Amino acid sequence: MSAHNSVAHLDSETKVDQYVKSRSYWETALLRIRQDRLTMVALTILLCITMMSALAPFITSNILHLDPNQTNPTQNFLPPGTGPYILGTDDIGRDQLARLLHAGGVSMRIGIFGAAFSLSIGVSMGVISGYFGGMVDDVMNWLITTIDSIPSLYLLILFAAIFSPSAETLILVISLISWTSSMRLIRGQTLALREQEYVIAARALGANAWRIMFVHIVPNLISITIISMTLTIAGLILTESALSYLGLGVQPPQATWGNMLSKSQQFFRQGPHLVIFPGLMIFITVLCAYVIGDGLRDAFDPTIRNR
Amino acid sequence: MTQYVIRRLIQAIPTFFGITIISYALMLGTPGGPIKAMFFGQRIPPEEIERRELALGVNDPLPIQYLRWLVGDDWMRRDTDGDGIADTAFLIPLDVNGDGEPEPPGDRYGILRGDFGRSFFHKRPAIDVLVERLPATLELGFSGLIVGLVLGLPIGVLAAINQGRWFDQVSRVGAVVVNALPNFWLALLLLLLFGSTLGWLPLGNRCRTTLDDTCPPITERLEYLILPTVVLAAGAVATYSRYMRASMLDVVNQDFIRTAYSKGLSSRVVWLRHGLRNAMLPIATLLGPSITFLLGGAVITETVFSWPGVGRLAVNAVGQRDFPVVMIVVIYAAMATILGYLLSDLMYAILDPRIRYEK
Repeated sequence: MSAHNSVAHLDSETKVDQYVKSRSYWETALLRIRQDRLTMVALTILLCITMMSALAPFITSNILHLDPNQTNPTQNFLPPGTGPYILGTDDIGRDQLARLLHAGGVSMRIGIFGAAFSLSIGVSMGVISGYFGGMVDDVMNWLITTIDSIPSLYLLILFAAIFSPSAETLILVISLISWTSSMRLIRGQTLALREQEYVIAARALGANAWRIMFVHIVPNLISITIISMTLTIAGLILTESALSYLGLGVQPPQATWGNMLSKSQQFFRQGPHLVIFPGLMIFITVLCAYVIGDGLRDAFDPTIRNR
Repeated sequence: MTQYVIRRLIQAIPTFFGITIISYALMLGTPGGPIKAMFFGQRIPPEEIERRELALGVNDPLPIQYLRWLVGDDWMRRDTDGDGIADTAFLIPLDVNGDGEPEPPGDRYGILRGDFGRSFFHKRPAIDVLVERLPATLELGFSGLIVGLVLGLPIGVLAAINQGRWFDQVSRVGAVVVNALPNFWLALLLLLLFGSTLGWLPLGNRCRTTLDDTCPPITERLEYLILPTVVLAAGAVATYSRYMRASMLDVVNQDFIRTAYSKGLSSRVVWLRHGLRNAMLPIATLLGPSITFLLGGAVITETVFSWPGVGRLAVNAVGQRDFPVVMIVVIYAAMATILGYLLSDLMYAILDPRIRYEK
């Protein structure tokens, strides 16, 4: 079709509908996610878990009429479905479902806030390091190589030994250790963006370094940051649960999915339900986050157009 | 090449010092400090504790304390005439507690010379405690690694060959599922099923408990190795298979593969001779993490299965506030990681003729 012809079509207004409406980057991404059934399912499940965890105090006291920390030694190791205990009771007679809901709040909080913290360090360090290069980059590289050289679980154990952590300190500690991977990712992207023409143009117009970084570079890192965020949440929930399982994370009686499992090994005979459910919660949550991360990566990828 | 090796080794030095600084700073950050932990739970009068603390140099400036921990104090306070009392001092005072009498000479060698101090709990040099745990960690790491490679690489190759078909999909889903499984939960489920419910396999440990704490040769206690190996290998299989698949697909889209096809070679020969050989190259980068995996010990797996390795030692030592042991394990694990990175870079340099490491 010649250029002349297409202009003629446009002018005639009746045929306008045939032209694909142009969509912004974000509109396209949103549309793709809505069409991606697996991601939507994962998103729904994760949203449900988050809501249930956030509303845990309300649900347990008004719907279940149970207290997650109320012990009842005569009612211990009840199998799921006994009386009011939908998922049974633990070794000292606390309701497992109530504890799972409350634990979810802690785990999700650590995952979400930890990831937010970790990414804010990672992104700002990555942008600064990638943009300035030179000495700044060398020092930063030394720092992350050093942190990455200590296997993170050992470093966490060392930290945990020092501040017997509450949920808040744990968020801080985990994010202080986990920011290096997002930093590497963002640094690489910044290195590429720095050489783009629009950045050079901004510099030629006299924009200073901070303006270029935060007005011109950071907005282009948002999609990769969102993907990284979902994966970090998943990773942190796994790390937190492992640490709490070892007895080094959040301390009882405050329940977390990890510390609910720490004694379960002794209860194989009396209460297999105590082994299965907390782990299942971690597994489902992390799996959903991974699936969402994968879905977002496809949705944000401008090279996959109109599948 | 030699130059490259030397340069990489030199680069590892600041990293090593960074690690020692981080771990030392953390140890100092403990409430009450490591010295308090050392005397914790012992019936020693407070004055005596204070006197011993002074002798250990708690009042020295922090850099001096770090230096002493790093390189020892036998050269700082020396006894030149052999009467057991120090007479020359460097950096630290001769008379520490201010009673007018000089103290005995320094007897620490520092971690650079392998002196991590004595374990508070085991009452033996910390390095001995670590060395004792190494065989168990290596045994488990090695079997996990072998199973991971033997299953992971072929799965990756098959997934690449069958790209987009059911095998590829299943292996992809499998890898995501394994990554989302908390490994301690997988371990617990396996123990619950095979150890407790079915009773086929032991519920942990490295062998049947013996009086002298030794284990028979590995062939007589394979049943103890099965479950921990499965848990360790699960993650390895997921990683290796994904990596191998990606590497294989990278290769088969290159020109020389098309050339091989157009020469009339069968796809079997093309995939295995031309494809696989070149796809194995990037796998060399996985060698680094594998070395770490092998040496570093698996904290979680070892703890769930009561496997007497380095990882479990770290967890126990933290519980016992046994700082010399915690420190040696952390530094040992960090060195294993540095070594892993180094080896994987070197392997790459050796294997890939396209890479030249000049300047």
